[in-house]
Amino acid sequence: MATKNPEQELLDNNILTPVVDPGPQSILGPGHDYRSVTDRISGIVYLPWKRSPKKWLVGAFIAFCFVNLLMLACGYLFLKGVGIWGITIPTGWGFAIVNFVWWIGIGHAGTLISAILFLLKQDWRTSINRFSEAMTLFAVACAGMFPILHLGRPWLAYWLMPYPNTMWLWPQPRSPLEWDVFAVSTYMTVSIVFWYIGLIPDLATMRDHAPKLWMRQVYGVLALGWRSSAIHWHRYQKAYLLLAGLATPLVLSVHTIVSFDFAISIIPGWHTTIFPPYFVAGAIYSGFAMVLTLIIPLRSWYKMQDLITMRHIEASAKLMLGTGLIVAYGYAMEAFFSWYSGDPYESFMYWNRMTGPYGFTYALLILFNIAIPQALWSGKVRRNLTLVWIISIVVNMGMWLERFVIVVVSLHRDFLPSSWGIYIPTRWDWATYTGTLGFFTLLIFLFVRLLPSVSIFEVREVVHHEKHPEAAHVS
Amino acid sequence: MSLEPNVNGTPAVHGVLAEFETPEKLIEAAERAYEAGYRRMDAYAPMPVEGLAEAIGFKRNKVALAVLCGGICGVIGGYSLLYWITNIAFPLNVGGRPLHSWPSYIPITFECMILLAALTALVSMLAMNGLPQPYHPVFNVAAFARASRDGFFLCIEATDPHFGIAQTTQFLRDLGGSEVTLVPA
Repeated sequence: MATKNPEQELLDNNILTPVVDPGPQSILGPGHDYRSVTDRISGIVYLPWKRSPKKWLVGAFIAFCFVNLLMLACGYLFLKGVGIWGITIPTGWGFAIVNFVWWIGIGHAGTLISAILFLLKQDWRTSINRFSEAMTLFAVACAGMFPILHLGRPWLAYWLMPYPNTMWLWPQPRSPLEWDVFAVSTYMTVSIVFWYIGLIPDLATMRDHAPKLWMRQVYGVLALGWRSSAIHWHRYQKAYLLLAGLATPLVLSVHTIVSFDFAISIIPGWHTTIFPPYFVAGAIYSGFAMVLTLIIPLRSWYKMQDLITMRHIEASAKLMLGTGLIVAYGYAMEAFFSWYSGDPYESFMYWNRMTGPYGFTYALLILFNIAIPQALWSGKVRRNLTLVWIISIVVNMGMWLERFVIVVVSLHRDFLPSSWGIYIPTRWDWATYTGTLGFFTLLIFLFVRLLPSVSIFEVREVVHHEKHPEAAHVS
Repeated sequence: MSLEPNVNGTPAVHGVLAEFETPEKLIEAAERAYEAGYRRMDAYAPMPVEGLAEAIGFKRNKVALAVLCGGICGVIGGYSLLYWITNIAFPLNVGGRPLHSWPSYIPITFECMILLAALTALVSMLAMNGLPQPYHPVFNVAAFARASRDGFFLCIEATDPHFGIAQTTQFLRDLGGSEVTLVPA
């Protein structure tokens, strides 16, 4: 039910006036109550489009241009086939697989924040979990495109699913590529379920307080008639807890299975048992980097510094540092085992990785993923938004390079020197990749404007616990 | 509005709604209403409140059981699908290896378990809550919009044998409820 003059009330709430970041000790700014957190978070969505921050409009426009580039690249691909990409033999897997693994990995931090940190009762996850889950969905959507585009005949992608057909042809469920189909589609579905279940109570809030009738209708349909009943909340919390418990092994299994695409094969540089844990750590590493890349500008454009505080930024930076060290351990072990195995192909692979034609990618990888992020040991760096933002972008690039080194550099030197080759990405490779970056950014920008980007009811719980510290725990 | 029952015998009143200031006061009121013998009631809060559902007499949450069943169906379904594909529908001899190659079935079986369990969690939660529900009488009260922002409500429903408009209204006022309102059905 709207109040008498909702438009005026919205302006009075001063959604876009500057707010103070309460610093690295607090997850919520001072002076908030149930009503003020509700109005502030939902006010961002009710804000008239013409009052959107200029930077949002410019960013959304640029992202939209890249979406068009993606359409163009896909259209040309459908006409001509994968020959427009740089892939050839021996490098049959190029940008498409690099980008697939990179995007899937980025999605993983969202599930980690929403599920694993929920089970560990980390209260700082509350203000960023909704946003990270959205990031997961959009990243998985980008990731899912690549293997399908890579099929050669993308319109037959449904052949990957086992279904009764007139050819009586079935996929090969002993192959890791088929495991991947199940892992990624399950991950996408469960991420949507988890995200939507978290949104239901907030959609009800939007329905009850939106200033315009059409908004109340749209959010009302999506809220499914949620009426905040205590019994409903009880079942809701149980379902949410169970979903968190299911999403946790799922997220670990997805990147494990992605790493099986490589580890089950016999290519030197791929055939190693360290891949599953090392892929998962790398995924979470790049995911936290992407969370920071997105959240630092957005919280400032929409004046959310009192909801997404320095505490969130610093905790994410610490987790980025921690997972980065696991990744560094992975690199060290890869190098050690290629030497210790005594296998000439293995040792050659690693030597070629460091000094071969793509040696510069390995040097940059070590610089971006291991050397530069060590600056995060310093508290001053972690509390410097500009530096954290720059480091997060560096880590994103580093993780992309890691996927490039694993996929391309391992393939381009085949067992027989007569089969060696060089992979050079074409403009269509770059167009598809940057196109998905634009697609992802546009979806994130639209999400911030159309749905509450911070979980309102969970922030109300934080308010409740701050009023009653004796009852404080994340429920 | 008329408080007499409708022609078909359904009550014209859904219940009496009272607002409380804080979650703690709401729990206390709910407990006292339960002690007074009221059973058909519901409490509304803008976020989950520990102990509130128990205070109005809610005991059995069957979501976990449903999710367990969903997960078991996923395991059985996933494994059977793979067995059927590789052994019955399309047996393919790869280097003389056994057709029933169960270790390579594990990843997909696991994913099927998670998928079915997660979908069951969503569907069972909604179904047990009776959602989606296009209409509910509590929304007839204008102040109830606050239940999704900062309002804490207790509604004693007319189907309760102890319910009487006058005495239930007075009872809720005595509990400290403000804005005690009749909810038209």
